[in-house]
Amino acid sequence: MYTQALNSPEEGSLAEDAVRASRFQARVDAEERIEPNDWMPAAYRKTLVRQISQHAHSEIVGMLPEGNWITRAPSLRRKAALLAKVQDECGHGLYLYAAAETLGASREELVDAMLAGKAKYSSIFNYPTLTWADIGVIGWLVDGAAIMNQIPLCRCSYGPYARAMIRVCKEESFHQRQGYEIMLTLCRGTAEQKAMAQDALNRWWWPVLMMFGPPDQASQHSDASTKWKIKRFSNDELRQKFIDATVPQAQYLGLTMPDPEMTQDAQGHWRHGPIDWNEFKQVLAGNGPCNRDRLSARRKAHADGAWVREAAAAYAEKRARRQMAQAAE
Amino acid sequence: MTAPSITVSETPLVLYTLRRADDALILGHRLSEWCGHAPMLEEDMALSNMALDLIGQARELYGYAAKVEGRGHDEDKLAYLRDVRQYRNLLLVERPNGDFAHTMVRQLFYAAFADLYWRGMMGSTDATLAAIAAKSEKECAYHLRHASEWVIRLGDGTDESHRRAQAAVDDLWAYTGEMFSVDGSERGLIDAGIATDPTMLLPEWLSIVSHVAREATLVLPENDWMQQGGRDGRHSEHLGHLLSELQYMQRSFPGATW
Amino acid sequence: MATPNTPLWEVFIRSRNGLAHKHCGSLHAPDATMALQAARDLYTRRGEGLSIWVVPSSAITASDPADKGMMFEPAESKIYRHPTFYEVPEEVGHM
Repeated sequence: MYTQALNSPEEGSLAEDAVRASRFQARVDAEERIEPNDWMPAAYRKTLVRQISQHAHSEIVGMLPEGNWITRAPSLRRKAALLAKVQDECGHGLYLYAAAETLGASREELVDAMLAGKAKYSSIFNYPTLTWADIGVIGWLVDGAAIMNQIPLCRCSYGPYARAMIRVCKEESFHQRQGYEIMLTLCRGTAEQKAMAQDALNRWWWPVLMMFGPPDQASQHSDASTKWKIKRFSNDELRQKFIDATVPQAQYLGLTMPDPEMTQDAQGHWRHGPIDWNEFKQVLAGNGPCNRDRLSARRKAHADGAWVREAAAAYAEKRARRQMAQAAE
Repeated sequence: MTAPSITVSETPLVLYTLRRADDALILGHRLSEWCGHAPMLEEDMALSNMALDLIGQARELYGYAAKVEGRGHDEDKLAYLRDVRQYRNLLLVERPNGDFAHTMVRQLFYAAFADLYWRGMMGSTDATLAAIAAKSEKECAYHLRHASEWVIRLGDGTDESHRRAQAAVDDLWAYTGEMFSVDGSERGLIDAGIATDPTMLLPEWLSIVSHVAREATLVLPENDWMQQGGRDGRHSEHLGHLLSELQYMQRSFPGATW
Repeated sequence: MATPNTPLWEVFIRSRNGLAHKHCGSLHAPDATMALQAARDLYTRRGEGLSIWVVPSSAITASDPADKGMMFEPAESKIYRHPTFYEVPEEVGHM
């Protein structure tokens, strides 16, 4: 999006910046959208580049755990649906990289940072998909949690991010249903299938709750993001909303929540037991079960594709030169 | 316990439909293996789209084969419960993806054929096959364009990409002849106007492929020895591995619904 | 080594409902032909379009937000350009 021409960060005096900053905040408070070429505080830009690119990396790395089952999907119908879903994730990654690029970062530099292990992506994709039921749980819970996170982002103050999220949310509505349908089929199937579904829920439940990020007291980024209307609900609020929506769905499936302390309070909210935040920290630090596999898969695709990208660039240059030579004749 | 293979009564029309269904499924499966691993994200999108087109074609063709056979089989039984000797696809489509040049050259060879083939089949006296052809022709026309553009870029790109593209052409050429072969069971269907005669498509196929090769500065091999066997279930060693992955769930959990 | 940049393209799609081409996003591609193919695969997966334009992002000249006042505000006061500015008696009917 047309940022390359105009978006050079301007140098201004501190006093000038203070005036601009208050004008900027007034626009955000009035629910106006901030667009790529508008003045914005450097910290706002930096926060957005970090958040949008992490979100994009998550979509791309997120292709791997589900992609692991495309060739083994148990029916042609499931195979087509899964492939379309994983492909959607790639598309969502592309929409998001494009949104990040409006802020003056290039996709290549963002991807390079991810491949170098310097940029984060969602912790959830560092867990393995061991059985077909994992594909059901990912659609139902991982996409369910992602949607819970993403719907408020459709109203984010930064226009390109909000627009990308509207498109993503619209397309993602089939993902969660796809996952729940897989779970329902398993739970209505043989005892072996139902056990497979329960086992998948047991393994994914806690990591899914961690997707909403650390508890509110421990979160680093929330204050500024809330002021800038990038974030509209706190981690704990979204987590609670998700749990309240999910527990009845699990009950309908006849599955047991792998949390012996889960109880419903007087207001009807389902309260979870303690989350192992040390596990979360370890996964973010690179010590999850699949961190190394995920990064090496992305690095391999990038390295193996280098000659293809070089060939396409070389051809484009050759053709442009030929056309110029032709025009000169 | 594993699910045993089914036996299909391969009347000429059932066999004919299964062969095309197997082509589409196996190539779709191969393309789907790229998902998440393509040279650029835009290509992940493209390869998945083509895989989805082919899996869609396979489903319609299996559905029709099952209906014609009339023994209670369905698309999944036909796809998941026949072993390697019962698979009827072309050897070309089961070739491993190799590097991106191999995948794109395989795509070019097959799509250039499939586009002509389905266009011919739109005139089939069999209404179902004609309808499947009308949809498939458009899809394969796009696959042909996509593959042609890539083969041109790889052939006329860098020294490395040229070397890889030429190697792919040399490796895959011997698997192209099978697309144009006709056996006795197909001859009858051609005479009845149900099937199009693939031998008639060879000159135009050659002209399309030669044109792309010329643009790409690639040389088509002189060698005219052509491998055969896929149509009769005499496959390469690669197909068994593909099927063991494809069929893993259906074989491991007999009779389950997914 | 840093990955070299692939050119950025803006994508415009004309949807089925007969409206004009509308900006729908951007993508990376080495040249115009590939950009068109990538746009088809990325932005029309759900039958969204009947026609696609791709334009190199570098070819777009955008107005400067700092000029918003002089560029757009002068038009706001020209209310006589709108039909509701003029009074036509009800008896005359729809006009």
